[in-house]
Amino acid sequence: MNDTVDVALRLLIVFVVFLTFPLIVGQTEHKVMAHMQGRLGPMYAGGFHGWAQLVADGVKFAQKEDVVPSGADRRVFQLAPAVALLPYLLVLLAIPIGPGEGAVGQVLDAGIFFVLAVMGVGVLGSLMAGWASANKFSLLGGLRTAAQLLAYELPMLLAAASVAMAAGTVSLPGILHAFHWWWLPWQIVGAIVFFVAGLAELQRPPFDMPVADSEIIFGAYTEYTGLRFALFLLAEYAGIVVLCGLTTVLFLGGWHGPWGAEGLGWVWTLLKTAVLAFVVIWLRVTYPRLREDQLQKLSWTLLVPLSLAQIALTGVVKVVIS
Amino acid sequence: MSLAAQTHGFLSPTGVEIAFLLVGLVTFGAALVSVTTRQLVHAALWLVVALGGLAVEYLLLTAEFIAWVQVLIYVGSVVVLLLFGLMLTKAPIGRSPDADSGNRWAALTVAVAAAAALVWVVVDAFRATWIDLDGAAAGSTKVTGASLFQNWVLPFEALSVLLLAALVGAIVLSRKAKATAAASSAVADAPGGRAAKEEVR
Repeated sequence: MNDTVDVALRLLIVFVVFLTFPLIVGQTEHKVMAHMQGRLGPMYAGGFHGWAQLVADGVKFAQKEDVVPSGADRRVFQLAPAVALLPYLLVLLAIPIGPGEGAVGQVLDAGIFFVLAVMGVGVLGSLMAGWASANKFSLLGGLRTAAQLLAYELPMLLAAASVAMAAGTVSLPGILHAFHWWWLPWQIVGAIVFFVAGLAELQRPPFDMPVADSEIIFGAYTEYTGLRFALFLLAEYAGIVVLCGLTTVLFLGGWHGPWGAEGLGWVWTLLKTAVLAFVVIWLRVTYPRLREDQLQKLSWTLLVPLSLAQIALTGVVKVVIS
Repeated sequence: MSLAAQTHGFLSPTGVEIAFLLVGLVTFGAALVSVTTRQLVHAALWLVVALGGLAVEYLLLTAEFIAWVQVLIYVGSVVVLLLFGLMLTKAPIGRSPDADSGNRWAALTVAVAAAAALVWVVVDAFRATWIDLDGAAAGSTKVTGASLFQNWVLPFEALSVLLLAALVGAIVLSRKAKATAAASSAVADAPGGRAAKEEVR
């Protein structure tokens, strides 16, 4: 009985995090983008600096009619948002936020493989949406999504493999237990490759050509309305939380910090994740969208060689110090 | 092992075995639908269900590492590649009337023969083997890695050479296609160039 309560409590906490953190990131994006562009952003909903704007957005989305185009493949079209969103919920289960047994949803032996595998499944949602909408723009968006994933899966895996080599384990808590501060300069190239590849997998600017609203009208999501469209948006923000959390755990030392690592480790994890989420938003405001061929070139001629060099460096240092 | 085998009846209905059987049925059904459906993209999506079901079966057999690699490689990459290829063709929404093959009986024969051979070999080899859940999991990353790089290094290296050859082959093929494309575009350009010259004249 005690075990059941324990499992239920963990699942509940992960679910609450899954429902709130993406909204917090979304509201931060509203405000940060506004201030970077010399505006105020939402100010009315909820009274204090428009804190309830996303709640209001959610109510608006729930009221809209759920339209399925007559030419669309009905079942695939309706299933796609769930396929896009659920993987991120599963990934959140495996991310440790503090030391000790209680600070992770579920300890997995092959944690890195689990998170990368399940994150890759989320892209199937965009592909299904792109094909099933029976819309030229959606199909183009789906094609770009697939090409982008194929280009970015490899450097992301290689960068993660470098950390696994350094730690000698593929379990996420195990990597954190093996972490030392000097891993930061040692793995910095891998960290940058991982973060950039993750941005491309999430289709965030400057890698947002699969959704490019000004040329292919939101790509795979052109035909979506109401709640299903909101689910795709939620998947994007949940993806930001997951990517930033993973980068924190793999490369920035998670709950390690200059002080208070035992009791307040989770504060360090959340702080680092929040700073990375801010960087994601910052990049959106700063950089113009890359072209599709520029993205492929960046991946195959820069990120893949860099991640291979990082693996070589990791191997050499590992042999020297052991 | 024999002691463990004595305490287990063959196919005694524990929860794990029932789950294994049910997931197996789902996987089999999805595989059947994916080869019989006339809707091309649906076939690819049913393939996702079949491959995912296999991953769950690996998990139930405590082979966690293989299960996640299965999801990563097959669901995450191979199916995406398939869908990408399908999107480049004109796969219609709804049935494709020509999605059939004259080889269906030959394919069925080969499939049944392969399945029979595999089932026979696996059942014969592991009839009395039970997974010990108390010790280190037999399929954990550590155990898998140790056996891969201690007992199976030679096949592993042979496979990597095979993959390298495939990689080089893919590069050669794509470069050759580029050269012929350039040649054909040069041929296509020639009359246009002449026409342009005549216009200048």
